[in-house]
Amino acid sequence: MKTHVFDAVIVGAGGAGLMTALYASRGANVAVISKLYPTRSHTGTAQGGIGAALGNLEEDHWEWHAYDTVKGSDYLADQDAVDILCKEAIETVVELEHMGLPFDRLPNGRISQRRFGGHTNNETGKPVMRACHAADRTGHMILQTLYQQCIKNKVNFFDEFHVVDLIRVDDTIRGIIAYEIATGELHVFHSKAVHFATGGWGRCWEVTSNAHSLTGDGTAICLRNGVPLQDMEFFQFHPTGIYKLGILITEGVRGEGGILLNGQGERFMERYAPTIKDLASRDVVSRAIFMEIQAGRGINGQNYVHLDVRPETVNKYNELAGDPKRIDRAYIEEKLPDIADFTRTYLGIDPVEEPMPIQPTAHYAMGGIPTDVHGRVLIGAEKRVLPGLYAAGECACVSVHGANRLGTNSLVDLVVFGRRSGAHIAEYCREAELLPLPTGTGQHVQADFERLRTGTGGMKPFELRRRMQKTMTDNVGVFRTEESMSKAIEDLHHIRHDYETRVQIDDKGQRYNTDLLEAWELGCLLELAEVTAFSARARKESRGGHAREDFPERDDHEWLKHTLCARDEDGHYSLDYKPVVLGRYEPKKRVY
Amino acid sequence: MQAKLKIRRFNPETDKKPWWGEYTLENVHRTDTVLDLLHRIKWEQDGTLSLRRSCAHGVCGSDAMRINGANALACKTLVSRLGSGKGDVINIQVEPILGLSVEKDLIVDMEPFFDHYRSVMPYFINDQPVPADGRERLQSPEDRHRFDDTTKCILCAACTSSCPSFWADDRYVGPAAIVQAHRFIFDSRDEGMNERLEVMADTFGVWRCRTIFNCTNACPREIKVTEAIADVKKAITSGKV
Ligand SMILES: Cc1cc2nc3c(=O)[nH]c(=O)nc-3n(C[C@H](O)[C@H](O)[C@H](O)COP(=O)(O)OP(=O)(O)OC[C@H]3O[C@@H](n4cnc5c(N)ncnc54)[C@H](O)[C@@H]3O)c2cc1C
Ligand code: SF4
Ligand code: FES
Repeated sequence: MKTHVFDAVIVGAGGAGLMTALYASRGANVAVISKLYPTRSHTGTAQGGIGAALGNLEEDHWEWHAYDTVKGSDYLADQDAVDILCKEAIETVVELEHMGLPFDRLPNGRISQRRFGGHTNNETGKPVMRACHAADRTGHMILQTLYQQCIKNKVNFFDEFHVVDLIRVDDTIRGIIAYEIATGELHVFHSKAVHFATGGWGRCWEVTSNAHSLTGDGTAICLRNGVPLQDMEFFQFHPTGIYKLGILITEGVRGEGGILLNGQGERFMERYAPTIKDLASRDVVSRAIFMEIQAGRGINGQNYVHLDVRPETVNKYNELAGDPKRIDRAYIEEKLPDIADFTRTYLGIDPVEEPMPIQPTAHYAMGGIPTDVHGRVLIGAEKRVLPGLYAAGECACVSVHGANRLGTNSLVDLVVFGRRSGAHIAEYCREAELLPLPTGTGQHVQADFERLRTGTGGMKPFELRRRMQKTMTDNVGVFRTEESMSKAIEDLHHIRHDYETRVQIDDKGQRYNTDLLEAWELGCLLELAEVTAFSARARKESRGGHAREDFPERDDHEWLKHTLCARDEDGHYSLDYKPVVLGRYEPKKRVY
Repeated sequence: MQAKLKIRRFNPETDKKPWWGEYTLENVHRTDTVLDLLHRIKWEQDGTLSLRRSCAHGVCGSDAMRINGANALACKTLVSRLGSGKGDVINIQVEPILGLSVEKDLIVDMEPFFDHYRSVMPYFINDQPVPADGRERLQSPEDRHRFDDTTKCILCAACTSSCPSFWADDRYVGPAAIVQAHRFIFDSRDEGMNERLEVMADTFGVWRCRTIFNCTNACPREIKVTEAIADVKKAITSGKV
């Protein structure tokens, strides 16, 4: 085993990891470790925009952004963190521009902004133009820009190194263990601080907008190392995934005037959200689509509806609404080129001429590794800081998204809290000591990999993955019940048992053994699926992304609190709760 | 329909030389992507088949490969686009991209590619103080538009690895690095033009390009790569952008 020494190790090179690295490396010797080449990270797929109340087109205030975020979260977000998110969004977006990010521009040279779901003028309740964008590849531009800046600042990268464990001794951090994909060799990265930025775990479900690589590794590693995970029952289903494929069609399409139509050609969102209609929060729209389909009003009775951004449709509804905006083919080609490319490539459909078939797709993890506003990981209901352990981005839970994230707020989260976390790490490393590695470091990891490599039970990882995805989709999806979740928990228990005793892979080699690593990733997915089902079954109310048929109402009296789910050595899960940090905005009924 | 795949396999750990693996898949749909088929082979038939992939919808740049002799992203190549097949069978041949050494099966060594990328200073350079009002630098939509096309690059290497000049001499920076240089040279806010044009005018810079257009045909992001190279050539000879 090779050993490397750094002040801090950052695991993950998406938007969160790279922003953290830029700031941490100003004061500390930092290594960024990523299982993918940094530019392959899923941040690069983010389409629609990054929210900040710049007010470049119309009146806007960060306090309005904060209110929308809290309301969108169904009042589960911590309001102190939300204030930071929305206030610092403005300076952070400007900072990205200063780093060279090519935002789209307005005629006066300022950053262009568009409408997005749940973002409103707080006085009128009407949608506000707050999402800063670079065509429909905003995430791509953020990822590229941050990576470019890291190259400029000579940040150390270990590309295609797969982190497989954290080295924690009691309440101290000593580093991580990584598997070098090219050689199969294990490496120890000995450090004072470790930061996780490993992204989401949409691959727990069948239909998802998430990359194959989004398997929740960092979150699962923390869970295994005694960090209870927060609010895992809240997973966002984005309303508009391409039918069957799950590829995301950005909310920006509706921001540009696109509308949802059911099988009867009806703009059904008028019934569910009379004021803001198609631009209601994602949980609201996903449930509406689901209910339309259940009522037999899908297209031709099937389980999808249409998203229509044809100029004639958009212009018709704009005219009805008294909105002078008119669009044409050239406008769509310019504002939504990637969306047009996706639907042409994968569906053979030109969105200028035909509506797109869509269904909800598993999209975003609101829950994850609990942290404070400096990215420090917090243990348990007493919020004890574990010195040297940090997290940011989708794998973490600050919590600014609560029970449902607003569109454009993840990209804000990555850069705002990545920046804060990086700054804190630099400061921490100045004072902290490098503690010795414990004896036998990495031995159990080696043993785990040996077990996976030599298993002979004849069960292919992919079969188990498919079973997990099926039960999560059927039983822990857009709508849930006590019965469905109990079924999922039971299924997952069997799948995990098979995983532990019968899994067998084909590739026994050392080089680029992706067969082995996929099997290891499945272990992470399975644990996170169990935590999700377990946390969800206990929450007997409906809030944001957690919608129960047997408890359809939100219950602030009992449930205005964060879930914490721990796992013990024997694989048993237990729950605890901690209060929500309230503030300016009193919980009230959510109407759009 | 049925798909018959011939895949170029090579694992230096066990193989003396590359070989063709042959696989048959049933129930293949015209809307399946080549990545779907490779996954089915890997997951159902032979887990040792190795490739890179992540996003599965053409935006992360992981899975450039030679499919029926032409560079493309596996996840963006639909079976229907590989011809209708004879009867109900479609033949598909998959090889690693050329010009970079094969590490295992469809995985090539990307380091030389990223070295070229880094050589063009692929980052924003502007040491002027930022606007005093704490706001963004201004840029007109027209100025922004000039380099729009080259901001789309996902560093997949489909272009560079389809270029005969690069095959002939891998010291040539290659189309992808030029696309990256273009993205900054034509950005009105950037001030690194002179240094970048120097790299571009080097023996292994733009003049190696013989305008063969393979890069443009290969680019999955439909970037007009040859045009971008021509823009850079013009900037060198005229000294202005
Ligand atoms: C299609 C799509 C569109 C979206 N659009 C928007 C939008 O318009 N606006 C918005 O705000 N949000 C959007 N989101 C959400 C947002 O893009 C993501 O939540 C966010 O990019 C996650 O960033 P991250 O840095 O946390 O993780 P990622 O970008 O996913 O990066 C994870 C990193 O961790 C590394 N990693 C993972 N596991 C390991 C391991 N074991 N060892 C080493 N490295 C590891 C990976 O290599 C990668 O570098 C979108 C999401 C999707 C899927
Ligand atoms: S220019 Fe096109 S083909 Fe070349 S690396 Fe970029 S995206 Fe790939
Ligand atoms: S897997 Fe991302 S481009 Fe093909």
